[in-house]
Amino acid sequence: MKDMTFGTILAVFEEIFGTGMFWSMVAAALIVTLAYLYVLMRDHSIAWRKFLLAQLSMPVGAVLGVWFVLLMTNSSLNDLGGPVDIIVFLAIAAAGAIGMAILVYTIQSLIRPAAKDRGAQ
Amino acid sequence: MPFTLNRRQMLSLAAGSAALAAAGSQTATAAAIPTQARIVIIGAGAGGTALANRLVTRLKGAQITLMDPRVEHLYQPGLSLVAAGLKPADYVVSKTTDWLPDGVTLIAEAAAEIDPEAKFVATTSGQKVAYDFLVVAPGLVLDHDAIDGFDLNMVGENGIGALYAGPKYAAATWKAASKFAEEGGVGLFTRPATEMKCAGAPLKHTFLIEDITRDKGNRGKAEFHYAAPQGSLFGVPIVAEKVRMLFGDRDINAHMKHTLTAIEPGAKRAYMAGAEGSTIEMDYDYIHVIPPQRAPDVIRQSGLSWPDKWTNQGWVECDKGTLQHLRYDTIWALGDVAGVPKGKTAASVKWQVPVVEDGLISAISGRAPTEIYNGYTSCPMITRVGRAMLIEFDYNNNLVPSFPGVIAPLEELWISWLMKEVALKATYNAMLRGRA
Repeated sequence: MKDMTFGTILAVFEEIFGTGMFWSMVAAALIVTLAYLYVLMRDHSIAWRKFLLAQLSMPVGAVLGVWFVLLMTNSSLNDLGGPVDIIVFLAIAAAGAIGMAILVYTIQSLIRPAAKDRGAQ
Repeated sequence: MPFTLNRRQMLSLAAGSAALAAAGSQTATAAAIPTQARIVIIGAGAGGTALANRLVTRLKGAQITLMDPRVEHLYQPGLSLVAAGLKPADYVVSKTTDWLPDGVTLIAEAAAEIDPEAKFVATTSGQKVAYDFLVVAPGLVLDHDAIDGFDLNMVGENGIGALYAGPKYAAATWKAASKFAEEGGVGLFTRPATEMKCAGAPLKHTFLIEDITRDKGNRGKAEFHYAAPQGSLFGVPIVAEKVRMLFGDRDINAHMKHTLTAIEPGAKRAYMAGAEGSTIEMDYDYIHVIPPQRAPDVIRQSGLSWPDKWTNQGWVECDKGTLQHLRYDTIWALGDVAGVPKGKTAASVKWQVPVVEDGLISAISGRAPTEIYNGYTSCPMITRVGRAMLIEFDYNNNLVPSFPGVIAPLEELWISWLMKEVALKATYNAMLRGRA
């Protein structure tokens, strides 16, 4: 593809989702990421109990990620045809898993801060 | 193991994110060039629209006029999907005016006369528009009358399909094709002898309907025949070989040197001109008709066509690298109408638009152009629902993959299908807006 700049990629994603939806999704991802960093900074440590639940949610996120892509396209898992397809498939699953883990960890930490967690122990 | 992050690290991360976001919004915004130039663009299709959007940011004060009677803008790469029941007809339809920038004038009429000596274009109502620079991008004409016995009103009935004719006909094509996929019989898939837009589409339609028939469990009662005037299945030899192998795998019979000349809808019989002037009869239950394709009459009548090449088709005589007319240096050809060996696809337009833009800007600012079109064309060759081959090539029949070593051009891949189904229309739309 000619001139595949970062600006071009942004333009393409704006067209895929619509400008409003795309930037809302970017904003949502940024807010969750910032909230994640905030709780890490606030707590100065990882709460392993919360992390465990976050890890347990990862397969759910992976399945949801793949399910979303298959739902939005006329394709199925039978269509995976070469090594790059496996890589893309795994990347989608990994993105879903990591996104879900961050989301679950952040929500737990916001709802139940570390101090309260320690107080309960 | 504790993981800690202090406030300074947090701020660094946030600053990095902001810088990344800002980088995305930056575009190459060179200062607009002041000019009084009158630029006329015939055609507000993919090429004309994308060019207009780019010119308004590059030029200040230019009078840019587009001429196009078409109210609807068609995303033509989507027609293959409509004709296979994978997308609704409105998937390809938008309004011409949706894509045009402020500061340009749209005359909703066709060009009726071009005078390259006196430098004006007359519209169908007789309005004369003078120009300093002219871009000819009206698209092409589907010559359905060249197929005896065929009429567009027949599409969708009696096993007749013709997806090129537009969204309504692509949807009707699916009606006829899906009936064939259910009932079986003889499927006959054709292509014309002339140059044509998206030369991969006849193959895509064949592959898709074969796959759908197989998927429905009816492959055993269906025969597939692909008849083409050319000597090989694809213009690029290495791709032709791959398609030949796929045809073998899928039990699709190829009939080369077969040119569809007529159909007899009642008898469901097609007549083909053979290599030695013979006439070959082929019976069908489903036929996909793609008519000969030519430049619009106004191009041929204005003396802009090649005098010695494609004489029955009339494509604009232009340099294949700069797309500038060989006899009139204030005229450029863009898109389907350009008389170049390859490039009647939206992907080609994407690569041609910056070349014409550079030619125009260079002429206005008195410098030599630098952009050259190398014949790039892309064909996401759908081989079945869910898989495609991302084939890209140039004038020299070299494969020029965008993702070498990652996306193999001659491999049937899911990622190539995803690109066709998800990313292609978005990229096309971004191109129309002058952003890709």
